[in-house]
Amino acid sequence: MTRKRPEPVQIVKQRRDAALAALAGNVPYIAFLGITFDRRGDELTAVLPFADKLIGNPVLPALHGGATAAFLEVTSIIGLSWAMLWDDLESGALSLDRVEAGHLPRLPKTIGLTVDYLRSGLPRDAYARAFVTRSGRRYASVRAEAWQDNRARPFAQASGQFLMPAQDG
Amino acid sequence: MIDRKTLAQQFMSALPHAKALGLRVTHVGDAEAEIEMAYAPHLVGDPESGVVHGGAVSALMDTCCGAAVMSHPDSPGATATIDLRIDYMRAATPGQTIRARAQCYHITRFVAFVRAQALDDNETRPVAQATGTFTVESKTKDPT
Repeated sequence: MTRKRPEPVQIVKQRRDAALAALAGNVPYIAFLGITFDRRGDELTAVLPFADKLIGNPVLPALHGGATAAFLEVTSIIGLSWAMLWDDLESGALSLDRVEAGHLPRLPKTIGLTVDYLRSGLPRDAYARAFVTRSGRRYASVRAEAWQDNRARPFAQASGQFLMPAQDG
Repeated sequence: MIDRKTLAQQFMSALPHAKALGLRVTHVGDAEAEIEMAYAPHLVGDPESGVVHGGAVSALMDTCCGAAVMSHPDSPGATATIDLRIDYMRAATPGQTIRARAQCYHITRFVAFVRAQALDDNETRPVAQATGTFTVESKTKDPT
């Protein structure tokens, strides 16, 4: 039995990283907050490096609830898009050339988002991961969790409903 | 005595994130507040359409809800969000200022209940709606 030889690792990584950069790199608001994404295989961790402009309560000081909500929303949208993109990227349906030319699907739109604040956000870097609970042709449901120093002690969680972009352009 | 709007605006300018978003207090009343966020390129969530990111609207709503809680006559002072739910009804029109109006409609010893709307120039069709709960805490640390 013959098996297709696996692609060299650099090529695989380059394609995946380029897709991720194209997905999140063009959104001004993501850049404004300073959010970056750490990729390990298909797993994404959103990183919100601490900055003074993210502070809500200068006395404590604590992260602004709005910055936290925005971080979880960005994590959910990019996480959902990434999950959607992953299969096309791996099957070769979406080539690197097309990705680099900006031929990516539009981002999902938020229908509703609920954020629970579990403890105050410290003036430190924050991390978040999204979990796609359900992803259909039209609607998707995503849950996200944000933590700081300790993964087991999240400081906020969100649950959102999203409208998926039209499948063909 | 300085009026509450000036006081609220001063408080707002002390919040670095509110400042970064360019938030401006336009009205403060008993248990209600109105805050606006001018359109700015760095708030854009969809570069193709120029529509403001939902996260920025969330931050505006959260701030406005907090201001409404603090302006409630029974509020002893500080507050923090417990939870906030936002429904996005439509995209805000690019280029237009978004205004949030929040009302703290009930307050207990420990919890404040708030609802808010976000509007752009078309005031008959809100951009988003929010409901949330906030902590009620005195400025001095609770001795318990």
